[in-house]
Amino acid sequence: MDLVATILVDGLIYAGWLFIVSVGLTLVFGVLNILNIAHGSLYAIGAYASATLVGIYFANGGDAIPWGSYAALILAAVLVALVVGPILERGLLRFFYGRDEVLNVLVTYAVFLILEDVMKLIWGVNPYFVYEPYTLLGDVEIGPLFYVGYDFAVIAAAIIVGLGVWLTLNRTRMGKVVLAVIHDSEMSQTMGVNVPRIYLGAFMAGTFLAALGGALTAPMISVTPGLGVNVIIVAFAVVIIGGLGSVPGAAIGALMVGISRAASVHLLPEAELFIIYFVMAVVLMFRPEGLFAKTQARKI
Amino acid sequence: MTRSLTLSAAAAFVLLALGALVLPDWAMFLFAMALAKGLVCLGIVGMMRGGLVSFGQGLYYCLGAYTATLVANTFGVSDIFLLTVLSTGVCLAVGLAFGPLLASYRGIFFAMLSLALSMVLYGSLSKMSFIGGTDGLNIAAPTFLGWAPEGRALQTALYLYVAVMVVIAGTLMRIYFDSEQGLIALAARDNELRVEYLGASVRNVNTYSYVFGAVLGGIGGTIAVLALGHVDPEFAFWTTSGEFVFVAILAGYLSVPSVFVAAIILEMVRSFSNLYFPNTWQLALGIFLLIVIVVLPDGLGSLVRRRKGDAT
Amino acid sequence: MTATVLDVRDVQKTFGAVTAAQDISVAVPEGAVYSLIGTNGAGKTTFVNMVTGYIKPDAGTINFGGRDIAGMAPRQITRMGIHRSFQIAQLCNELTVEENMLVAGAIHGNHRPSFLRNGHNAEARDRALATLERFNIAEHRNRLIPELSGGVKKLLDIAMAMAGKTSIMMLDEPTSGVAADEKFPIMDLVIGALRSEGVTVIFVEHDMDIVTRYSERVLAFYDGRIIADDTPDEVLSDADVRRYVTGAAA
Repeated sequence: MDLVATILVDGLIYAGWLFIVSVGLTLVFGVLNILNIAHGSLYAIGAYASATLVGIYFANGGDAIPWGSYAALILAAVLVALVVGPILERGLLRFFYGRDEVLNVLVTYAVFLILEDVMKLIWGVNPYFVYEPYTLLGDVEIGPLFYVGYDFAVIAAAIIVGLGVWLTLNRTRMGKVVLAVIHDSEMSQTMGVNVPRIYLGAFMAGTFLAALGGALTAPMISVTPGLGVNVIIVAFAVVIIGGLGSVPGAAIGALMVGISRAASVHLLPEAELFIIYFVMAVVLMFRPEGLFAKTQARKI
Repeated sequence: MTRSLTLSAAAAFVLLALGALVLPDWAMFLFAMALAKGLVCLGIVGMMRGGLVSFGQGLYYCLGAYTATLVANTFGVSDIFLLTVLSTGVCLAVGLAFGPLLASYRGIFFAMLSLALSMVLYGSLSKMSFIGGTDGLNIAAPTFLGWAPEGRALQTALYLYVAVMVVIAGTLMRIYFDSEQGLIALAARDNELRVEYLGASVRNVNTYSYVFGAVLGGIGGTIAVLALGHVDPEFAFWTTSGEFVFVAILAGYLSVPSVFVAAIILEMVRSFSNLYFPNTWQLALGIFLLIVIVVLPDGLGSLVRRRKGDAT
Repeated sequence: MTATVLDVRDVQKTFGAVTAAQDISVAVPEGAVYSLIGTNGAGKTTFVNMVTGYIKPDAGTINFGGRDIAGMAPRQITRMGIHRSFQIAQLCNELTVEENMLVAGAIHGNHRPSFLRNGHNAEARDRALATLERFNIAEHRNRLIPELSGGVKKLLDIAMAMAGKTSIMMLDEPTSGVAADEKFPIMDLVIGALRSEGVTVIFVEHDMDIVTRYSERVLAFYDGRIIADDTPDEVLSDADVRRYVTGAAA
């Protein structure tokens, strides 16, 4: 019984993190039809930016109000979205809209390679540590087990992000326009929607979510080069399981992957590194386009 | 096999063999590695002709390398021919098992599933400490039908071996590309519905090219591990596969020799970058890839071979 | 009385709330030329798609060649001899006209497509050229598909479908997207070629002049049902057909 509870809690924590890092990926794919490998780099940039900002915060007397470091984390993600988002979308990706999906994967792969080294140029190769925000929330005791409070904050953040994205898409005018663009961008354009602006907005939102994932993760780890490499692969798996472009799909995918991985860690540690791909392969066997994908017959 | 193809194959071999005489040791090693990886990339190019891009060709590269290493270390086999045959056989079997499954998927899904398979291998090998875990394994230098060269002679023999493999595989793949099946693959890339309504199975077309890719990956991996003397799970890591895709894109699907030229270019850029810009090598690679995509969308091959009516 | 080559019985198909086929039954005799008429959404293309395997019917049987082909894959049905053309010509845009024809020839040839035999071999090219000449499009053989006119695309689409041994040819709007003055020449060519080989023809058509001139029998579709199945004169003078299909005053 304890084992089941442990797996569930660990799984939920991991799922929360997974959802934050993958929801932006699926959103960007839904709108721009680009599977963005550089999403992993944006995550890493978010981590570096937040490590830097939090470091600056504490170096300038932040110790008096340590809670302010959370604002610094979020500010870091916003800054990344405002700076890097437009550079990539306006400067590069917009020239590839409507091109072959696989070709666009390669374009973003190139961006990924470039950003990997750019990060090294900016932040160097030595690790950054910002543990303060991680310890602020203390520990949480569940039965015989202790968890770091911050881990639960990640779950809360995931729920807030999920609700935020869902409400924005379904309950605001702008969100409905975005859904219309996802459904049929050509039609939306003829109906007077400023599609390029929606694309830019969606990409910046995706960038923000990737960077937020990195920013929230930074206090839990040492921020080092190569951070984005593995993130992108698990995020891919999550959004493919859920169905590319589906926000609820990303949530379900994150839960499936999170809990499977937690189960694997506790029951079959040898499988930990590939359980994600195993789940993905099984899902695709039965649902070739993922769980929530809209399949549409081609008119002939 | 037409006369012009025979002549091209012979010319390619002579050209490569000349390299054995003129190249310094370091370059011969670099070329041997590039050609071995080029074999893997040739497999991707074959799939590209049918419209598929595998982001997980590291699977077969790694599988071939590990099979050769395990066979060599367990059974004391050192003959390069035997090792190649055995590890290629294993890759063929795995390719035949996964090919029909993967062949139902297209585009991103095919790319990501093939990547997932290679990452499963990567994850498994990393955890298997009895075969070295993340450290990998060493393999002794190969012998050639009983002959056990050392030093420069070994380098030369390996280089010539990979050159022979490249010429054979390149010629066979060219024949396949130009064949009726190859033409159907091009059509399937273009309009799957049409091909199905002509009565051919696009899934079969994709399975064939996947299996050929598996075999080529196995050969490439075997030669690479023998040249390096070491294999580790990184052989199956997605960035390794990403480089193979890079070479395939740089080469394009029109010309076979351009695959090996592209592989050599990549290895040269890598070793020079490592020497002079160790921290910005990926940056250079990324910019290079973008330039290729924009300037040469059909790859290097489009410089020498055009794809209109005269493609004979 | 000739034998029935295609026997469709009680076929049903709904897409959500839309009924695309309701109690569709028709027996097509060998060598006949049928046309399908009806407004958009009446169920003509659904009928073609069900017979050729693109859509699986919810219920009913489609008998051909001694088997129920309902729900079989397009590939299998094609191999059994039911071939089709498309409303939007389905061609390989990166290949030349000749290469499109070579693909069709390679798949439909006397032997299985080979991994060794050159796809551009002399014999295959001769055969492709002969077919292209028969459809008067040989002059375009070295051009790429996007450079062609609508009529040439349609003809190539049909020529490719005919490359194999055809028992039934289903033409989905063979004259749509074709210039007005090309319609009759194209139909002359196509129907002439098909009839000379004894192929049973079923074509979807909106132009009633073409229906009257080329078909022996007409199936009028309305709301997923066949409301008339008779000779062109009878069907076109039918009151329901006039009201629901041709739009002429009753």
